[in-house]
Amino acid sequence: MFTILGIPSQALFGQLLLGLINGSFYALLSLGLAIIFGLLNVINFAHGAQYMMGAFLTWMLLSYFGIGYWWALLLVPILVGIFGLLLERLLISRLHHLDHLYGLLLTFGLALIIQGAFRIQYGVSGLPYGIPVTLAGGQNLGFMFLPNYRLWVILLSLSVCLATWLLIEKTKLGAYLRAATENPTLVQAFGINVPRLITLTYGGGVALAALAGVMAAPIYSVNPNMGADMIITVFAVVVIGGMGSIAGSIVTGFALGLIEGLTKLLYPEASSTVIFIIMAIVLLLKPAGLFGRRV
Amino acid sequence: MKLSALLLVGLFAGAYTVAAQAEMDVKIGVLNDRSGVYADLSGEGSVIAARMAVEDFKAADKGIKVDIVSADHQNKPDVGSSIARQWYDQDGVDAIFDVPTSSVALAVSQVTREKNKIFIDSGAGAADLTGKQCSPNTVHWTYDTWALANGTGGAMVKQGGDTWFFITADYAFGHALERDTTALVEKSGGKVLGSVKHPFPGSDFSSYLLQAQASGAKVIGLANAGGDTINTIKQASEFGITQGGQKLAGLLIFITDIHALGLQVAQGLVLTEAFYWDLNDSTRAWSKRFAEKNGGKMPSMVHAGVYASVLHYLKAIEATKSKEAPVVMAKMKEIPTDDPLFGKGQVRVDGRVIHDMYLFEVKKPSESKGDWDYYKLLATIPAEEAFRPLNEGGCPLVK
Repeated sequence: MFTILGIPSQALFGQLLLGLINGSFYALLSLGLAIIFGLLNVINFAHGAQYMMGAFLTWMLLSYFGIGYWWALLLVPILVGIFGLLLERLLISRLHHLDHLYGLLLTFGLALIIQGAFRIQYGVSGLPYGIPVTLAGGQNLGFMFLPNYRLWVILLSLSVCLATWLLIEKTKLGAYLRAATENPTLVQAFGINVPRLITLTYGGGVALAALAGVMAAPIYSVNPNMGADMIITVFAVVVIGGMGSIAGSIVTGFALGLIEGLTKLLYPEASSTVIFIIMAIVLLLKPAGLFGRRV
Repeated sequence: MKLSALLLVGLFAGAYTVAAQAEMDVKIGVLNDRSGVYADLSGEGSVIAARMAVEDFKAADKGIKVDIVSADHQNKPDVGSSIARQWYDQDGVDAIFDVPTSSVALAVSQVTREKNKIFIDSGAGAADLTGKQCSPNTVHWTYDTWALANGTGGAMVKQGGDTWFFITADYAFGHALERDTTALVEKSGGKVLGSVKHPFPGSDFSSYLLQAQASGAKVIGLANAGGDTINTIKQASEFGITQGGQKLAGLLIFITDIHALGLQVAQGLVLTEAFYWDLNDSTRAWSKRFAEKNGGKMPSMVHAGVYASVLHYLKAIEATKSKEAPVVMAKMKEIPTDDPLFGKGQVRVDGRVIHDMYLFEVKKPSESKGDWDYYKLLATIPAEEAFRPLNEGGCPLVK
C-alpha cells in the first residue's frame, strides 16, 4: 500500500470508483439533455422530473403489478418515452419558432407540476425499493467492497452511452439527425419528415432519463425531489461539456463524477459546489464548453 | 348631564371590554418545510395537529377565536425569518409553531425575540435553542440534540460501542448533534476517531460510508436527518457496513423515515423518540384520529409536539386572558404541561420542555403486525434524565 497526497491508495481507488458510479448517472442524464438540446434547441428542464418518473414507475410496476426490476429496465423507458412523445407533440412543438427561453420556461413549469403531483400523492420521504436478488451482495476488491449492483450500473451506463453515440455518429438515422440539427429546412427538402424526427428524438432523450431513474431506484431513495437535486448538477455537466455535444456530455459526465468523488475525500464540505466552480472556470476560458463548437 | 354622559361612555367602554374578552382573536402560524426533505415529518401534518389542538381545546366555547396560517420556509434561514417578520409585522400573528431545520429555527427565534412574540419549536433539533442562544420568547418542545445523544448515544456506548465515526450534515443541527454526542461518548470513556461533513441535502453517501468503514470505528454515528438519513442507511446496507461488524447509530430517526426505508433495511436500528403512536391508549386514540385526516399516515413526534404545544399555549391564553408575550410565557412556565401525548411535564426557565423520552428498536419484518407497527420499546428515559441539566446549557436566563 502506498499513499498519494497523504491519502492511502486504497481509499483513493475506492473513492475514484464511487466517483465513476455517480459519473454514470451524470453521463446518462446529460447525454439525454445534450441530444434534446442538439436537435430541438430546447433546454429540457423537465429532465430531472422524467428521471424521477422513471424511478417511481419502477416502484409502481413492482408494488401494483408485481413486475420486477428486469422488466422495468425495458418497460419504464418505453412508457416514460411515450409520455415524452406526447409532451413534445402537444406542447413543446408549439414553441419551436420561439426563443430558447420559452422552451426552458415550459419544461421548468412542467417539472414543477410533475414533482408537485408526485409529492401530493406519495410524500417526500420516499419509497423503499430493494436491489434485485441476482445483483445482491458484492465483490471484495481488496481496496474496497464493491456492491454488484454498482458494478452493473457502471457497465450498463457505459454500454448505453456507447450505443447511443454509435447510433448518432455511425448510422443513417444518426446522419439524418445530425443533418437536421445543422439545417432542418434543407433536410426536409430531401423528403425526410423532420418534425417526426424531432418528436422521436425528444422521446429518446426522455427514455434515457427514465432508464437512469430505473437504475437509481435501488440505491437512492425514490422520492419526488430526487430529480430536482440531480438536474442542476447535470446541467452544469452539459454546460462544461459543451451544449449539444454528444461525446462531450458522456466524457464530462464520467470525469466530473471522478472529480466530485475526490472532493468528497479531500474536502467533503465543497463536494456540492466543486462542479459549479469548474463550470465557472470553463465558461471563462472556453465559453462554448470543452467539446462544444462556437455557436 | 355631563356626569351621565361620562357614565354612558364608561358603560360602553365596559361593554366593549367584555365583548373583546368574549371574542379574543388569536392568530398562530405553523412555519415548516412543506416541500423538501422534512415535509413528511412536519409539513401539512403539523397544521393538522395544530387544528386538532384548537378543536380539542374547544377554543370557540371559551371565547377564543383561533386562526391558523401556514407557510413553507424551504429549509432556508433567510426565507424563514422573512416570513416570520411579515407574519408578526403585517399579518398579526401572535405565535409561531413547529419550524424544523435548526438553522431556520435559530433565525426565527431571533426575529421573535426582536418583535417580542412567542415561538414554540417542535421540529428543530439544535439544543442551542435553549442553551447559549436561548431566548425569553422561545420554547423548545419535542426533542433536542442533547436528548438524542443521551438516548441513542448512551445506549450504543453501553453496548460496548466505544469508538465512533460521524457522518454529519453540514449545518447547525448536524454540528450540534455531533458536538453533543461527542461529549457524551468521551465522557463515558469512548473515543471519536473522525468525522465527515456532507452538504445538506445530499443523495450519495457511499463515499462517506467508505471513509467511516476505513476508520475502523465500532459505531458510525449519523448526525443527519430525514432524506439524508434514509439514503445513508439504505446505502450502508448496500455496502455491507453492518455485516462487517460496524453498527449504525441513527441519532435522529423519525417514524416517517422507517416507513420510507422499509423494515427489511431498517430492522435492528436503535433510536430515540419523544413519542410513538402505539405507546398507550391515549396516544393510539389521538393518532388514529390524526391518521384519518392525514391520508392514513401516522403522526411523527414533531406532529405530536405541535399538538401539545398549541394546547399548552391556548391554556396559558385562557388563564391570563392576554396575548402579551411576557404574560403568556410566564404562565406557560408556571403551569405544568399535561396532555394526552407527552403526559405531565414542565417548561423550564430556559424554554426547554421536560418530558419522558423513549429508546426504541426497529422491529424485524416478522415481528411487525402491519403498516406502522415498527418499534419495540427498549427503555423509558425519565424526564429528569432525558434532557440537559438546567445549569449546563449556558443559557443566560438561568441564574
